[in-house]
Amino acid sequence: MRKKNKFAVFGLVVITAFCVLSIAAPIIAPYDPGEIMESEIQGPSLRHPFGTDDLGRDILSRVLYGGRISLSVAVIAVAVALTIGVLLGAVAGYYGGLLDEMIMRFTDIMLSFPTIFLILAIQSVLTPNIVNVMVVIGATSWMGIARLVRGEFLTVKERDFVEAARAIGCGNFRIIFKHILPNSMGPVIVSGTLGMAGAILTESALSFLGLGVQPPVPSWGNMLMDSQAYLIDAPWMAVIPGVFIVLAVLSLYFIGEGLRERLNPKE
Amino acid sequence: MAAMLELNKVSTHYLSGGRIIKAVDNVDMRINEGEVVGLVGESGSGKSTLALSVLRLIDPPGKVYGEVLWNGINLLNLSPQNMRRIRGEEISMVFQDPFSSLNPVIKIGEQIAEVFRFHKKLSRRKAWEAAIKVLDLVHIKDPGERVNDYPHQFSGGMKQRVAVAMAYALSPKLLIADEPTTALDVTMQKAILELLKELKTGMLFITHNIALVSEMCSRMYVMKDGRIVEQGDTREVLGNPKDAYTKRLIDSYKEINLGLD
Amino acid sequence: MSRYIFRRLLQLIPLLIGITLITFFVMHLAPGDPTALFTDPNIKPEELARIRVNWGLDKPVGIQYLIWLKNAARLDFGYSYISGKPVIEEIGERLPNTLLLMSVSFIIILLISIPVGVISAVKKGSWFDNLFTIISFIFMSIPTFWLALVFMLLFSLKLGWVPSFGDLSLPVAVLVISGLAGITRYQRASMLEVLNQEYIKVARAKGLPEIIVIFKHALRNALIPIITLMGLSIPDLFGGAFIIETIFAWPGMGRLGVSAVFSRNYPVIMGVTVMTAVLIVLANLIADLGYALVDPRIRYAKKE
Repeated sequence: MRKKNKFAVFGLVVITAFCVLSIAAPIIAPYDPGEIMESEIQGPSLRHPFGTDDLGRDILSRVLYGGRISLSVAVIAVAVALTIGVLLGAVAGYYGGLLDEMIMRFTDIMLSFPTIFLILAIQSVLTPNIVNVMVVIGATSWMGIARLVRGEFLTVKERDFVEAARAIGCGNFRIIFKHILPNSMGPVIVSGTLGMAGAILTESALSFLGLGVQPPVPSWGNMLMDSQAYLIDAPWMAVIPGVFIVLAVLSLYFIGEGLRERLNPKE
Repeated sequence: MAAMLELNKVSTHYLSGGRIIKAVDNVDMRINEGEVVGLVGESGSGKSTLALSVLRLIDPPGKVYGEVLWNGINLLNLSPQNMRRIRGEEISMVFQDPFSSLNPVIKIGEQIAEVFRFHKKLSRRKAWEAAIKVLDLVHIKDPGERVNDYPHQFSGGMKQRVAVAMAYALSPKLLIADEPTTALDVTMQKAILELLKELKTGMLFITHNIALVSEMCSRMYVMKDGRIVEQGDTREVLGNPKDAYTKRLIDSYKEINLGLD
Repeated sequence: MSRYIFRRLLQLIPLLIGITLITFFVMHLAPGDPTALFTDPNIKPEELARIRVNWGLDKPVGIQYLIWLKNAARLDFGYSYISGKPVIEEIGERLPNTLLLMSVSFIIILLISIPVGVISAVKKGSWFDNLFTIISFIFMSIPTFWLALVFMLLFSLKLGWVPSFGDLSLPVAVLVISGLAGITRYQRASMLEVLNQEYIKVARAKGLPEIIVIFKHALRNALIPIITLMGLSIPDLFGGAFIIETIFAWPGMGRLGVSAVFSRNYPVIMGVTVMTAVLIVLANLIADLGYALVDPRIRYAKKE
């Protein structure tokens, strides 16, 4: 138990640090992320702690601003996924019957697509920008949450306190939102945290391919897009943003696991 | 006469969150050869933990202290290998819930036969035949066919018979029956009790139901919060309980009118 | 058991319809002339007009979908905008490469995840377990494409051990590492859950050697949910494979699909999407059937 806590704390610290850095980016960043400062690529130095990219922009500043983008995309995407997932899961679990069948079929259908490719396909008919990246990621990752919430509702709705609520005349809506849902929040929060980790990975893959956040707005993913051609000559272009992604995702996984242990006591 | 099983100051402690939980606290007990001894207590009294402690099936963070003498030898000091020899062959156990004590993906015949293969080194075929014989002993119809079935293909009562078969296969001198009828329907309970009576082996019969003790056991122990609070001849204890808790137990059963002698 | 199989097969139909529906209508949002979705781009304008009427392209979207569905059922996904070749031909050329990449990775993942997961569970809390847990968390946090880049940089460009393109080793290595962590953790969790079951205690109470308890009694139970899990991990395996194919220029269906996305080659995008989804559905079906075979509770009916 103590060991796990250490990890979760580590995760919390890193994520908080990232959030602070992101919010404070305009203040802390040494330079403007779009400013072309050098005429050729430079490696890490005192002037540019993370070096510059192929256009001569400071990578440290870009990484800070990129963090803002990547993290906020993740947060909003998960919010979208949670909204859809919780709603569908609650309705399916609570009402049961045909509605449940249809929602579950729909969930199965969505789960039959390879998520990344589905997103790519969708992006191919849209003009990719930050907003639709957030929405599309959210719209393709709600399935796990829906199943989870549905499961919770199926178990909880037979319990006595729900019967009691009905007996005193509570309407269905009230029962769903005020009585059952709050009890299911635990696993949902865990899902949300892990979902954010996944969203960061997905957004970075999308932006890397050029179908996510569009340059010149920096995101950790699209910074990696440019780095491909300079793998040998300027490896820091690829390594630095990648390390940030790994740290952010790892931290969220640690927090998620820590939350899971806390919220699901099994011993 | 030396007792077959003798527990001297046996305690089982669990280390949890910095605190020590005494699931079994300083228990003394004797079971002679062929005796059916009852152990009565409510849930959480430590009865099952005591049974598992005798068989050394307590996992960390639990630890067993004291002496568990089996024909004079302290089981707690035996090597794991020797202890394994005793389990199933000299002392065995029937667990409470037949739905979870049988492995769902292994044929029940195999679950009985493997005991013969590992303890008596019988060949596959001989072990299988022995398993069929044991199934017959516990009154399973068509044992030659049922031996190939899986646990889910049996009813609750029959599953428990299989569990008894597994435990009794090697004719152990001591059979520990931990609430063997609690998870069964009333109709099944009688059948299993009759079966256990038929076996004529030393038994530690664990239950929370006093009525069953009076039916099955010649001597009994009453357990509360890990300690033995009363013991003695069954008729004596039930007719003339000395401990307040024992009295309460008996009285509440009288009230529900389960028909004590 | 046959009831189970029948039910599963029946469930295929709404799944396949749903997949084609979503694919069609998403693609239909694309700007441009939908006629091109059906026909050879080398065709003359008068022909085009005739086809437009014949194929009901002046009809409502619903009918267009049904016509497309009819063709798709015959594996006719139209023609590629770029090459003009039938989509199904382009897919057919490349699908075996993708399947090769995925099967090899799949097998390696299985071979590693089962022992590691089992040992971690049995020796829970040991240095092996803790080390593996940390490593698997780190691996799960690494974006697949980034790992691909790093591997290419390290093993191909700097060390020169393997060629960057056309070789299977790096793609497999990346796909395996990406997928290994999650599956091994599930194996561990499944094994842990089984080890907590009462029948394991009973096996020990019978005096059986610990090896038998672990491998015969525990493992057999722990492996069953893994079948379902492997089925569920196939969509992500495809996704990972697609990206890896793109980076390592592996000539598979994924690379075809991704480049089709870049060039807005809608017929190919649709073809790849549907093909992949169908393969995923089939894989899940096989996994479920395997599960039914392996779990006696489903395979053999109750008797009382």
